[in-house]
Amino acid sequence: MKKIYTILALTSTCTFANAQNKKFVETMEHNIAIIDTTRNATVLQNEANTFERIGNAEKEEWLPSYYAAFCYVNMTYSVKGDAIDTYCDKAEAFINKADSISPNNSEIYALKAQIASARISVNPMTRGQKYGTQAGEIREQAKKLDPTNPRPYYLDGMASFYTPPMFGGGKDKAKSSYEKAIALFEIFTPASSIAPHWGKKSTEYFLKKCDEK
Amino acid sequence: MKRIIPLFVLFLLSSAGIIAQTKISGKVIDQKKQTIPGANILIKNSYDGASSAPDGSFSFIANDTGEVTIVTSFIGYETIEKKIRLVGKDVTYNPVLKEAFNELKVVTISAGTIEASDERRTTVLKPLDIVTTAGGLGDINGALKTLPGAQQVGESAELFVRGGTGAETKTIIDGMVVNNPFYSANPDIASRGRFSPFIFKGTVFSTGGYSAQYGQAMSSVLALETNDLPDRTSSTVALSSVGVGIGHNHLWKEKGFSIGGDINYTDLSPYFALVKQAPEYTAKPQFSGGSLNFRKKTSPSGILKFYGYFNLSNFGFKTLSIDSTNGYKNLFELGNSNIYTNLTYKERLGEKWVLNVGASYSSNIDKINLSHDSITSQSDLSQGRIVISRGIGKLSIIRFGGEYQYAFDGFNIKGNVNIKDTSNHYQTLHFKSNTNIYDNYSAEFIEADIFLSQKLVLRLGGRGEYSTLMNKYVVAPRTSVSYKIGDFSTLSLAYGQFYQKPERTFLLNRQIPDYNKATHYIANIQKVDDFHTLRLEVYYKQYDNLTLNEPDSTKSNHGYGYAQGVDLFWRDKKTLKGVDYWISYTYLDTKRMYLNYLKEVTPPFAATHTATLVFKKFFTKLNLSTGFTYTYASGRPYYNPNNPVFMKDRTIDYNTLGLNCAYLRQIKKCFAVLAFAVTNVIGNDQVFGYRYSYDMQRSQAITPPAKRFFFIGLFLSFGQDRSKEVIDNNN
Repeated sequence: MKKIYTILALTSTCTFANAQNKKFVETMEHNIAIIDTTRNATVLQNEANTFERIGNAEKEEWLPSYYAAFCYVNMTYSVKGDAIDTYCDKAEAFINKADSISPNNSEIYALKAQIASARISVNPMTRGQKYGTQAGEIREQAKKLDPTNPRPYYLDGMASFYTPPMFGGGKDKAKSSYEKAIALFEIFTPASSIAPHWGKKSTEYFLKKCDEK
Repeated sequence: MKRIIPLFVLFLLSSAGIIAQTKISGKVIDQKKQTIPGANILIKNSYDGASSAPDGSFSFIANDTGEVTIVTSFIGYETIEKKIRLVGKDVTYNPVLKEAFNELKVVTISAGTIEASDERRTTVLKPLDIVTTAGGLGDINGALKTLPGAQQVGESAELFVRGGTGAETKTIIDGMVVNNPFYSANPDIASRGRFSPFIFKGTVFSTGGYSAQYGQAMSSVLALETNDLPDRTSSTVALSSVGVGIGHNHLWKEKGFSIGGDINYTDLSPYFALVKQAPEYTAKPQFSGGSLNFRKKTSPSGILKFYGYFNLSNFGFKTLSIDSTNGYKNLFELGNSNIYTNLTYKERLGEKWVLNVGASYSSNIDKINLSHDSITSQSDLSQGRIVISRGIGKLSIIRFGGEYQYAFDGFNIKGNVNIKDTSNHYQTLHFKSNTNIYDNYSAEFIEADIFLSQKLVLRLGGRGEYSTLMNKYVVAPRTSVSYKIGDFSTLSLAYGQFYQKPERTFLLNRQIPDYNKATHYIANIQKVDDFHTLRLEVYYKQYDNLTLNEPDSTKSNHGYGYAQGVDLFWRDKKTLKGVDYWISYTYLDTKRMYLNYLKEVTPPFAATHTATLVFKKFFTKLNLSTGFTYTYASGRPYYNPNNPVFMKDRTIDYNTLGLNCAYLRQIKKCFAVLAFAVTNVIGNDQVFGYRYSYDMQRSQAITPPAKRFFFIGLFLSFGQDRSKEVIDNNN
């Protein structure tokens, strides 16, 4: 009788832990699939909320906060002016939370760089130098932390693509960064089904645009 | 076994989580009962929750039981939490969110103040505007003259604001007064500001009603704030039609330290050889100088800054003497040496307190040779300043502090006069005079910005000033109130009293000098969003105790006057694609009894109507930035001794069109700007006033030395991208 109780108790915790982990991964997979295919601000806001809720329950996981930040930084592309800063502030709060759970993570640094770049668009004339330099430095850190991560190179390309040649950017420069990113995407395998894997399609798209005259 | 079954059922129930499910639903609204879509409603430490729909409604199933915390949040609002006990019965909960504290939603004191800053998000100007405004030729004051309130006084580089003289505007760098912000010039030819606009991160141009932190300025304060640590190490080279300059700024990012400097040399002889000038130059203008700066971050919130500037200049020319009938020419030669230094330290003390201290020494020596006389004029200023501020609550702040200035002014005049003696022979008489004036000036001030709400702020302050030269203590109250009447609109009122010592040249013969005094009353309405600015300001200014040229020194402070007017400003960065333009209009009605005036009249430095249009366009594909500035000012009064009515005559209206364009290009690590600018493109005649001969028979118009000024320059900036190095050092 005692045996049965023990077994029952053991299986119960085991099943519960497995169920919990399965629930986490499945919920994450489901929501990541949504943000993989949309840039709609309303959807992104709802997804940011969902990731925030997951992070609220799964305090040891860095990915929910990472994806919440990812949603907010992508929401900046649908607003103008000071609203960009408001979203960046929110993204920064989430990415810092992710950073405290998983320090020295190349993916987190890549996203941090993207947030700094997003701030430039509030006023490129006056902010270009400050945040451009900052974003560049963080991308270098991301590369150093994981030289196989294609995303810092993709972001290098984006920075060059949207910077006029007279300020040191341009399509030629962007192209070489995108090529490097593509090469890395080819060999990059995400650590899990829910680990960051975005950017390949955009890289291909912009690489094509670099050749358009 | 019987006993196991219920246990097993229990286990199934718990793991599947169907013990008790509670539906939680409601609507998220804000304080104004507006629905909030996209808000996040969640139960702490669980997956359960939902986002609010476009109508603010939400509904979800909670799997927990007992006491839970529901958290509701949305961007731009304060997050709220509510404890609810779940007992298996559906719950209706309508969270009301409060707008979060937001810098943009908080009212700022705007009466009389025009600010250029990158740090504050909503400002009328950005620092870059100062450099890119056509007609300003990269001069700070040149750009500020396109703003309402400023007069177009073409014969001077100074800022004449709202009926005030140029001396009534004080330039302040990091809290420290600059005695000689302009290159020394002769009285009829405008020079330019000494300081490069690139060294400042913030500019506050106050046209009245300013803070009790500033004194000894009756009309206006131009407060400049120098850059903190640079973003990167960089070198610059400037080659232009008037001179050369090189500079370097070195940054040790990991040490939080930077040191920089520049040297430059300007010589107008090649330019004057090409473009004819009206005066006959005996020495073409030459300027040589430089600057040195360092910045040290002493802690995450503390910074120590030093800025030092020195310059030597000289020029000389001859102009036809108006009193001579045989073509005699008057000589004017000027040699100047100038030093300005400024050391400041800023640190946060604990949570609430901020300390600012500073010290400055400056010295200016002008050596002037006239046909018969020579004058040496020296003015030195040593000053110290301390300001302490403390935050109260989220928004309110109290500031207090003091400053001390020790000023030395020396005038040394050597001259010869030819006078007829009793036997009708000319004799040359030599004379010499030496006057030294010393003043110890001290002031203390206290000021509080009291936020009665996020929308309403009241500023109350006062300033006590004592000068040993005036031997008098005065108290100047200042107050203003601003109220946010809409998301982007603010209504402000300001009142203040402002004292100023008489100009140094007037101090020479005064036995009992007294402070000049101005009282300001200002009302302002302003609407600023990301792309537009609209400002309307009306004011009345009362002048008392102005200086008179009275032989009886007890009456020499009995001048008076007033100024009243309307300042209008409109800026639009959106309507025309790629175009940024602004329009300023200034209406000024002013009269004063001043110096040797026969009665209260409109002074020569005041035009009734002034209007400016600034236009900027950037051609991205061509890498070309272009712009023009058109300025109109109605004629200014001048004294015609032949007219029985004093100061009745008016000059012709003033019109000028300035153009500039800049071609930008990045070549590897070098950023190049090729700039071209020209003033008065159309070639309008400009007359700033008239001079009359002693016998009143002949007059001479005061005009610019040349109709136009052309400028072409190549600026190279080599920014070493040291990011890799920095990372290597950090790891």
